[in-house]
Amino acid sequence: MSNEDLDAPSGRSGHLPGERGGHPSSWEVVIGMEVHVQPRTRTKMFCGCAVGQLGDPPNSNVCEICTGMPGVLPVINKAAVEACLKTALALNCEIPRHTKFDRKNYMYPDLPKGYQISQYDLPMSHDGVLELDGRKVRIRRVHLEEDTGKLVHAGDKLHMAKESFVDLNRAGIPLMEIVSEPDLRSADEARDYAVALRTLLRTIGASEAEMEKGQLRAEPNISIRRIGTEELGVKTELKNINSFRALHRAIQFEVARQVEVVESGGTVVQETRGWSEAEQRTFSQRSKEFAEDYRYFPEPDLPPLELDPKWIEALRIALPEMPGVRRSRLISEYGLPAADAGLITADVMLANLFEAAVKAGAQARPAANWVIGEVAPSGKLPSAEVLADVVKMVSGGSITRDQGREVLTESLSSGRAPAEIVAERGFAQDSDEASVKVIVEAVMVANPRAVEDYRAGKKQALGALMADVKKRAPQANPKVANSLLQKLLG
Amino acid sequence: MDTTHMTLAELQRLLQARELSAKDLLSEHLMRIDNVDHDVKAFLRLTPDLAKEQAATADRALKAGEAGPLAGIPLAVKDVLCVKGVETTAGSQILRGFKAPYTGTAVGRLFEAGAVMVGVTNCDEFAMGSSTENSSYFPTHNPWALDRVPGGSSGGSASAVAAGEAVVSLGTDTGGSIRQPAALCGVVGMKPTYGRVSRYGLIAFASSLDQIGPFTRSVEDCAIVLEAMAGRDPLDATSSDRPNDVRRDFDAGVKGMKLGVPREYYDVDGIEPGVKAAIDKALDVLRGAGAEIVDVTLPHTDYGLAAYYILAPAECSSNLARFDGVKYGMSDQEATNITDAYMNSRRHGFGTEVRRRVMLGTYALSSGYYDAYYLKAQKVRTLIKRDFDTAFEKCDAIVSATSPTVAFPIGSKTKDPLAMYLCDVLTLGGNLAGLPGISVPCGLSEGLPVGLQVLAPQWREDVALRVARAYEVASGVKVEVAPL
Repeated sequence: MSNEDLDAPSGRSGHLPGERGGHPSSWEVVIGMEVHVQPRTRTKMFCGCAVGQLGDPPNSNVCEICTGMPGVLPVINKAAVEACLKTALALNCEIPRHTKFDRKNYMYPDLPKGYQISQYDLPMSHDGVLELDGRKVRIRRVHLEEDTGKLVHAGDKLHMAKESFVDLNRAGIPLMEIVSEPDLRSADEARDYAVALRTLLRTIGASEAEMEKGQLRAEPNISIRRIGTEELGVKTELKNINSFRALHRAIQFEVARQVEVVESGGTVVQETRGWSEAEQRTFSQRSKEFAEDYRYFPEPDLPPLELDPKWIEALRIALPEMPGVRRSRLISEYGLPAADAGLITADVMLANLFEAAVKAGAQARPAANWVIGEVAPSGKLPSAEVLADVVKMVSGGSITRDQGREVLTESLSSGRAPAEIVAERGFAQDSDEASVKVIVEAVMVANPRAVEDYRAGKKQALGALMADVKKRAPQANPKVANSLLQKLLG
Repeated sequence: MDTTHMTLAELQRLLQARELSAKDLLSEHLMRIDNVDHDVKAFLRLTPDLAKEQAATADRALKAGEAGPLAGIPLAVKDVLCVKGVETTAGSQILRGFKAPYTGTAVGRLFEAGAVMVGVTNCDEFAMGSSTENSSYFPTHNPWALDRVPGGSSGGSASAVAAGEAVVSLGTDTGGSIRQPAALCGVVGMKPTYGRVSRYGLIAFASSLDQIGPFTRSVEDCAIVLEAMAGRDPLDATSSDRPNDVRRDFDAGVKGMKLGVPREYYDVDGIEPGVKAAIDKALDVLRGAGAEIVDVTLPHTDYGLAAYYILAPAECSSNLARFDGVKYGMSDQEATNITDAYMNSRRHGFGTEVRRRVMLGTYALSSGYYDAYYLKAQKVRTLIKRDFDTAFEKCDAIVSATSPTVAFPIGSKTKDPLAMYLCDVLTLGGNLAGLPGISVPCGLSEGLPVGLQVLAPQWREDVALRVARAYEVASGVKVEVAPL
């Protein structure tokens, strides 16, 4: 639930970083995204091996099937198909009656069979759309395939390495590939798209989609063209991106690089480029001249899949409300600001907590503030009743916001009811004007300088006086104290 | 009583009556192998330790009255079927020393039924060939004429049964690799419907065509072995959950059945007069047993061979990519980069015919050629299936020669790949259409065995077996063990 990777946009949408290219405003950026997502499954795509953890010993989650021993055969993992179909439905894709798997042939030591089982001309789904702040990003297809293994080189560079090791723990892990049309126009949009996808995948339970764990890998295809032209420029594809921040920076860098290339009279070469996190730049990995001919053909070991429309319909009906739809509803139904609704619906658990707390009696706006300001950063979810109680007490003025925060923390660790904690700690807030007045007067006597300053027109002196009120009497209702102070000073 | 000349069914009775022990049956076979295999060369390696253990287990089961249908029966296994702990090399140097880490489903089911594995049989490398001369080890000899080939690719398995070295054996059939050697060695061999027997553990040549099947000395034995290994396997998505009814109406005879003779098969180019005469005689026998012989046509037969030699190499080019010298088998140690390591391991590990087919298949799948070759061949495959569907509207089963020729001399076709490919002309249609087909001995031509092929509609092994059984009974042709 951490939002640290959702750092603030570093440029306005559509605006190019101009420090390297001459006239950035004359170029339009065109981005299509290929996103690989590991669906939430217990076992691999075509065998019974466990989908292990990141730190598992090398080759500990393998069998004869995912290591490509002679004579083995794949069997389709139904849970992976289901996750893919749910994703496709959530992205409003069309799902055909028949789909099939194909072999993508190429040789590399991390690919034990010498081919990857993927989908070519009859993918699991096609022609969908993801709404991004009211803009529609077209989804070309969502299909299913298997992951490759991992190479570990003893040395800095592949060609310098004395030894290379193959870890096949990841080989055969299911992957959904979500391909967008080139509908994105900036690094911001591309990043927002990837974040929206993550939210959607978590909402429907199709994937944990942790980018740092490699469960969501975004590969943008980037090209530039003169504003006003229709023809697409030559694109480059970026790989090795492992955070949303890196995605944003990599695209910014690559766009600036392409602008510079073109404006200095060169041409962009179609190629795959890697993102170096250390150097914060992209570098050429594989040019199209050496592109492989993958010799796709239908996987003969797997009969074509017939997708039962009743199954699809059942999955469709069972889908939860999509984040975009929910966001709009939170705005209209509860009067939340758009930004707040966006932050809350970015995490389905937060959104559920918010609505349940409101249902339990909390006012919407304060509840939203508590969810965004207190719950989300803490990473711990209170029950809706606890949150509602705290919000009600704070809004009603019976405890201060600081006390409310303390009550919430204590309730989360001990599981006790907020009212109980408030009573025990004597937090009940004093809103009685007569008793608060005694405090306020004492503070005014103790701070003649601040009183003088305020009366001389330095309104900020009020803060110092309020701070002293809080120090002497934490239970005093700040609103009451504030208005009393102003009255007595005025 | 020479047990090496008896059928599974006969031995089953002796074993179950405790008149014979699995242990003794095994030692008689090991002795027979010792006596004749230096001439026949059916085996690449023997598995006496495994066999002794399995024979002891079989004897205990027989004593306890819990014996499976193959309890104590000596079995030979083609070198493309994985058996845990046993070196399995697909007849290739690239897998030399590879011990399979698991046992495939079909072999595993026969083990569960009590079979005693005596050894691994020779075959054409990766099952690519029709004479077993493409084995990277040595050619196998036809037990009926040692200077001739046993057929292929499952030549070792066919000759082991023909020479009395095993009671039954397993082969694989991608374009005729069980039926053709069965015909040339004078034994019964059957390719089941695609999907009838699990392919799990079969080192793939062409995944959409490969099937595992038995070699036996009678049609009844064939039915017993097939029944023991048939049926749905959760590890093979192409295996079928249809009922295991292969022995239904086994002895019902052919009276009233319509048997189709495709004119394209009957008059196939290069068919030897002696083979044709033997088939004519067999048709008379079937007619005499009450069958009606009808003319049918398979008009796309001519294109079958071409389609087959696109599709099978295409699939093989992909299936054989895993033999890269990285994980197992031959691995070039001199190369300093991965591409050279791949190229050297494969260049030295694969034989000429395998390299030829990998190249053919790679070409056929290449961008720009896919439509003209692979896709076109798939369309032809559909037409060939339709040919059979139409033919089966007019008949219950199709009968023909299994091979246009009898066993040919070793070395006579090795220089001419196309002549070798023509050996499969009567069998590969069954693979393209996924049909069950059986070859039964139907007499001799020039002193050499001729095979009668019976093809039935998909999932109708019962029909193929019933016709073959009826022929066997009516003709009185008994499978003999070659006099070595």
